[in-house]
Amino acid sequence: MSHLPFIWAAYSIGAVVLLWCAVAPLVHKKSITRDIRRLIQIEESSRDSNS
Amino acid sequence: MFIHKMGSPPWFYNFTGKFIPWLWLIFGVLTVWGLYLGLIKGPADYLQGESVRIIYLHVPAAWMSMLIYMMMAIMAFIALVWRIRIVEILAMTSAPIGAAFTIVTLTAGSLWGRPTWGTYWVWDARLTSELVLLFLYLGVIGLYNAIDEPRKAARAACLLSLVGAVNLPIIHYSVKWWNTLHQGSSISLLGGSSIDASMLWPMLIVAVAAKFFYAANLLTRARVKLLEQDMRKGWVREVLKEKN
Repeated sequence: MSHLPFIWAAYSIGAVVLLWCAVAPLVHKKSITRDIRRLIQIEESSRDSNS
Repeated sequence: MFIHKMGSPPWFYNFTGKFIPWLWLIFGVLTVWGLYLGLIKGPADYLQGESVRIIYLHVPAAWMSMLIYMMMAIMAFIALVWRIRIVEILAMTSAPIGAAFTIVTLTAGSLWGRPTWGTYWVWDARLTSELVLLFLYLGVIGLYNAIDEPRKAARAACLLSLVGAVNLPIIHYSVKWWNTLHQGSSISLLGGSSIDASMLWPMLIVAVAAKFFYAANLLTRARVKLLEQDMRKGWVREVLKEKN
């Protein structure tokens, strides 16, 4: 039995799982930054309309 | 003084942001070096053949799965006793990283087991206790996300992670306490190692690289969690303005 497919499968799955683990917080950060900027815009526009 | 500073979210955010890229860089260099020695330069095993190359992933991942849980439990204890929010966040953001390493451990181990043992899985004490570790991580993540108020959620999940720490000695000693298919330790800090140096060094280098992965990923996740929790606070807006 050739062991190569098992080695490739183990390292491929490992790479995908760890890559996802590394990238997930960056994607989350992007969406949070967008939310915060939107929140600031809403607050600034309501402040402008009040003054 | 340093610990007091670490407790301040803006200081923690700015300070850790400076060296995260360096942690990733060291991780990358060590991983390439370790895997080059293990996968390209290193020999095949006289019994296991080429499948031995899976251990350069499986063993460091297994060590990390346990080390991260231990770190999480220690931080959970500190968070429960001293109520330090950043430690609470660090404990909780450790869980997904630990779960990722546990998934890698189980899949790589299973793919090593098929050509070596003739089976992907057996309900052996070591394998089963490692699977329980994965469920514990998932339980901590699930509990933390199930409660809306983040401090309450963290306290509940910290308590669960502390209780789950009982599984760590079970995983470690499972190969001694029970008659398992999984072999005993080949590497020992005190008694010497039965593994050849040509295989030991690549494994140790990848294991050190994995620590840098954990540190970089943990700090990245903790910074994002701080931004999320402090969304309405002034320091977050200042940080975002500075980036523009």
